[in-house]
Amino acid sequence: MAKILVVTSGKGGVGKTTTSAAFAAGLARRGYKTVVVDFDVGLRNLDLIMGCERRVVYDFVNVINGEANLNQALIRDKRVEDLYILPASQTRDKDALTQEGVEQVLDTLSEQFDYIVCDSPAGIERGANLAMYFADEALVVTNPEVSSVRDSDRVLGLLASKTRRAEQGKEPVGEHLLITRYAPSRVGKGEMLSVEDVREILAIDLLGVIPESTAVLNASNAGVPVILEDRTDAGQAYDDAVARFLGEEREHRFLTEKKGLFGRIFGG
Amino acid sequence: MSFLDYFRSEKRRSASVAKERLQIIVARERSGRGGPDYLPKLQEELLSVIRKYVQVSDDAVRMEVEHEGNCDVLELNITLPEGGEGNAQTGRR
Repeated sequence: MAKILVVTSGKGGVGKTTTSAAFAAGLARRGYKTVVVDFDVGLRNLDLIMGCERRVVYDFVNVINGEANLNQALIRDKRVEDLYILPASQTRDKDALTQEGVEQVLDTLSEQFDYIVCDSPAGIERGANLAMYFADEALVVTNPEVSSVRDSDRVLGLLASKTRRAEQGKEPVGEHLLITRYAPSRVGKGEMLSVEDVREILAIDLLGVIPESTAVLNASNAGVPVILEDRTDAGQAYDDAVARFLGEEREHRFLTEKKGLFGRIFGG
Repeated sequence: MSFLDYFRSEKRRSASVAKERLQIIVARERSGRGGPDYLPKLQEELLSVIRKYVQVSDDAVRMEVEHEGNCDVLELNITLPEGGEGNAQTGRR
């Protein structure tokens, strides 16, 4: 039985796909057989971030419609063993995903994998609802910015009411906060909400803080999950988050600005 | 705290404004959560009915749903302005 993990946020552009790719690669690298599933039907992008866009033949919707079987649609990652991608379709039909279809695909994946990472689309429409519906754990990706925090809170409400676990009265979906695009220097100047501010408002367990980093854009340009760029700050921060998710104790890093003597005197 | 912060402290930091605004809006949105889907509409219509008689602000009607055993209790709290017409009272339930 696989554990189903949804990467969600409500707001777009906060780093869900980057996080899905990084987390899936991080889990697989630790020896867990992992598949990452793109739920953003019509706006497929996980394939680009994972660098397998030219290998997409069949997709999630083809499998649901019985036009292909799962093994035809799954793309095996060339860098990390035990890592697979199930791409979204580019159809414009919003009803292409059905709850029964998604359930069937997840059930089948569940037999072969240890982790299923569901990359949710932005918004709170069908794709986002279905991405979270079957989840056991949720990564709530939040930027330290008012609209993102508010949307994350909204999504937390949905996780507590509109998921299979909630409807069946089971143990609630595990909620983990991942703050991305964090800029300690701006926090220091009082221009950006701090980790503590966001944690206080959302009141859920903090899994990790990913610093604003040029490494993220560089990695996406190259189609490499940023976690595989071991020497970068963002890559290391994701690796810490995956380790914590698996129960390891790791101190939070990259929360303060690196400053020289000059910065300590004159910087704010 | 660096040397330059001494001059900056006059202006209120935008992050603390953000935090305060978020705390208020999030608390308000959470209170309406978990109830039936018709709740916002019901609240809107109640407001318009009340406004036929007395001018109240948008947040004068507060509704909460509480679960008690096998049933849900809809708690309605209407705050009327002080010194309003007739028998207007504050926080009458």
